[in-house]
Amino acid sequence: MAKWMSVAQVKERIKESSAEEVTAHYLENIGKSKINGYITVSEKALDQAKKIDSEGHNGILAGVPIAIKDNISVVGLPNSCGSRILEGYVPPFNAHVIEKLLAAGAVILGKTNMDEFAMGSSTETSYYGPTANPWDLERVPGGSSGGSAAVVAAGEAPLALGSDTGGSVRCPAAFCGVVGLKPTYGAVSRYGVVAYANSLEQIGPLANNVTDIAILMDVIAGYDRRDSTSIDSKTEYQKALVEDIKGLKIGIPKEFFGEGIHPDVEKAVWNAIHKYEDFGASLEEVSMPNIKYALASYYIIAMSEASSNLARFDGTRYGFRESGENWHAMVSKTRAEGFGTEVKRRILLGTYALSAGYHDKYYLKALKVRTLVKQDFDRALSKVDVLMAPTMPNPAFKIGEKIEDPLTLYLSDVNTCPINLAGVPSISVPCGFTEGLPIGLQIMGKPFDESAVLRAAYTFEQNTDYHTKRPQEVA
Amino acid sequence: MVYENPEGIRIGLEIHIQLNKLKTKMFCGCSTDYHNAAPNTHTCPVCLGLPGALPVLNKKAVEAAIKVGLALEGEIAEETQFHRKNYFYPDLPKGFQITQYDFPIVSKGKVVIEGEDGEHTVGITRAHMEEDPGKLVHIGSIGKSKGVLIDYNRSGMPLIETVTEPDMRSPKEARRFLDKFRNILEYLDVFDGNLEGAMRVDANVSVHWGTRVEVKNISSHKGVERALLYEIMRQKNVIRRGGKVSQETRHFDEGRGVTLSMRTKEEAEDYRYFREPDLMPMRVTDWISAIKETLPELPDAKRARFMEQYGITDMHARSLTSKIMLADFYEGVSAKGADPKFAATWTADVFLGELNYRDLAISSYDGERIGFIHAKDPRIKNSFKVSDMVELINLFAEGKISDRAAVEVIRTMLDTTEEKTPSRIIEEKGLFKAEDDLVTKAVAEAIAENEAAVQDYLGGTEKSLNFLVGQVMKKTKGTADAKTARELIVKELKG
Repeated sequence: MAKWMSVAQVKERIKESSAEEVTAHYLENIGKSKINGYITVSEKALDQAKKIDSEGHNGILAGVPIAIKDNISVVGLPNSCGSRILEGYVPPFNAHVIEKLLAAGAVILGKTNMDEFAMGSSTETSYYGPTANPWDLERVPGGSSGGSAAVVAAGEAPLALGSDTGGSVRCPAAFCGVVGLKPTYGAVSRYGVVAYANSLEQIGPLANNVTDIAILMDVIAGYDRRDSTSIDSKTEYQKALVEDIKGLKIGIPKEFFGEGIHPDVEKAVWNAIHKYEDFGASLEEVSMPNIKYALASYYIIAMSEASSNLARFDGTRYGFRESGENWHAMVSKTRAEGFGTEVKRRILLGTYALSAGYHDKYYLKALKVRTLVKQDFDRALSKVDVLMAPTMPNPAFKIGEKIEDPLTLYLSDVNTCPINLAGVPSISVPCGFTEGLPIGLQIMGKPFDESAVLRAAYTFEQNTDYHTKRPQEVA
Repeated sequence: MVYENPEGIRIGLEIHIQLNKLKTKMFCGCSTDYHNAAPNTHTCPVCLGLPGALPVLNKKAVEAAIKVGLALEGEIAEETQFHRKNYFYPDLPKGFQITQYDFPIVSKGKVVIEGEDGEHTVGITRAHMEEDPGKLVHIGSIGKSKGVLIDYNRSGMPLIETVTEPDMRSPKEARRFLDKFRNILEYLDVFDGNLEGAMRVDANVSVHWGTRVEVKNISSHKGVERALLYEIMRQKNVIRRGGKVSQETRHFDEGRGVTLSMRTKEEAEDYRYFREPDLMPMRVTDWISAIKETLPELPDAKRARFMEQYGITDMHARSLTSKIMLADFYEGVSAKGADPKFAATWTADVFLGELNYRDLAISSYDGERIGFIHAKDPRIKNSFKVSDMVELINLFAEGKISDRAAVEVIRTMLDTTEEKTPSRIIEEKGLFKAEDDLVTKAVAEAIAENEAAVQDYLGGTEKSLNFLVGQVMKKTKGTADAKTARELIVKELKG
């Protein structure tokens, strides 16, 4: 059996042999893993596959294995969020997307590693240790959905779900040479995903190709009455997979090609953009003057929301608990021992930004900037169909290289976080390599116009072979 | 007469009421009917604040809040939204409470009460929706407790917090406001004040137009009056001794009837409010007219109608409309053939008086019977049938029983849960009014047997007449009409 398979190949294989054999194949790959991509491997995956074989299933993902980021609730599997503080917590309910996946017949392989509470861009802040990049085991896979991207890149799952708050699906997709989509805010229900920053995040699919992304979106997207911010956009994602972009208008926001961008990244992205011209698209430079404030605004909003979201982890009801002479002491010790440094940093900064006397200066100002950034996107996307830019300004960096320097690490989100402020859809597709490390092209679209984004990505993929390259380190 | 408010007292109230008549909680589908349930059985991932669960607003709670706003003659916000109030407490499973902040659903309302100098208007600053936290249960007494248990059945109960202007000028006015406010809510059928924890009050009070002090978490109307009386006395004495009242939060110790300092202004908490990102801002303007249609007749309107329709006094109408179930009972009794004026007297004066004497609170009315429960022990329950009240009033109106006998029937019926009609009780107790000749005979006997009393009365000692009337009542076993007996004795002795 091929190590790397598309959904179509997996289904073909299931038809030829069985779902059990396919799941066993992936479990075997996981068993030989060199990347620490999974926090928990499900003991029930094989049984699930056997049941599909014995009872039959006509779902679109019948027997297809999938890896789930460890902040998305699955009944019976620990949901650690990469944190010590959730030690022993097993959710009693499934996330909306998990219900959808199970209904479609998917087999859940396990829960993937991530930056603690999705706070990071390298998967190094996980309590369960860093995940390695399959292209270079000394490098980070990106983050925070580093585990999900890495296991797809390493052939340890054909599909994965991540979550994207400021780039957490697209960044690891770019670093690991896979495809990752951040859907429009509201396209996928957040019910069951542990909140880092509610107003910014979306669950997003990761896969080896654009087609599989569309298949996964058809399964997980849609209105859910348990998430008041979800809506039914009625998009048919697989129908967007048309190899034709004649007349497509592409905007190039020069602000995304700023200082500090790696020359090879810039070159690869421009090569891709020129390919689009060859396919019949037109280019236009667009200006988004407020993008330079996006990073600061993003971090203030995300940390503020996080400071409130993470208040519930107090040791009282579930998870890790330190003992203390009274409730306050218990809570203080639990949080001191249970949270890692980066999480504590963000809780403190978020608490500060929301405090009386600083609320207007930081939080409120950040919201105003967010509105301006959104207006930049509205304005730009009123003239063009999609925007294109590098996903990450640099290729994957070395494990440990930036972890002591949070500000530098935050800066790596500069091209991804504006998209979350605006709530628009954005995909990262492989578009080249530098010194053996993958480079990602980011394609952004209008709200709920995933179709345009997918069509552009699909057309590129059909005419290039970057997505077929596999990391030799894990081959 | 204008009330001068000589001590410059200003009282404002913040009242939390549970919308306990709704079927489900504020942000989840859990049942609100938890009062007799085992701890933590009315919970789900949402009201337990489990990671990943999201709140979904209960539309009925918003409708109820709009109803309350309209009944308080307030403005309903065109756009309203929820905020997070962040603080740590074990009863708060998310580490924040979902509440409203700068866009409350209701603002600028009013309630007219019977004040110190007649009708007095209390302004409503705002009313907003929020969720209730869980409940801490201390093992043993709070001070020496070995541990605390948490019951999240209450977590996520829909609340409305109403904030008044500091328009009340005495503890009595504060209590009257609360009575009226509760009454309005019960008319709207969104609230049952008899349930434990249904209403909690914080009171702001200042004297001599000075610094205000907040007294927190008072659980009864009587408690509010007591807390305010104490707090006003305390503040006046601070000033009398040349001190200054400091701005602070105090709590009321119900047992001792005193207020104790909790924290000063400097220690005020910072709740870091920000908009709840999991709930969208909403526009409810389109709902208002439809909800207005469903508003019932409110207490003031009902009172006016009762006076007009039944020809009863303002006092009776006020008393009868002070509880929706009592008003409905009264109308039931009148509709089924009792004279409305007699019905007003017997319901408002006698029946209600006997209920209060027994600490019974009206808790239900189903068109057939009015039910009540004991205010301190909800296991004690009883009810009274409309048909029984009609029968009793008619027997009285026809002169078949005395007023004393009628009162006794009511008492008997309230003191037993046995189902007996008034006629049956009257028969068993021999309460039918005595025939006139029987009374005449008893009068003659009483005069003959009590020579000394007769002489005293004729000598000018009025008291002795009462003694003779008493003798007649005794001989007729209370069935004589006391007034008739008195008249007959006077006639016999003084011609």
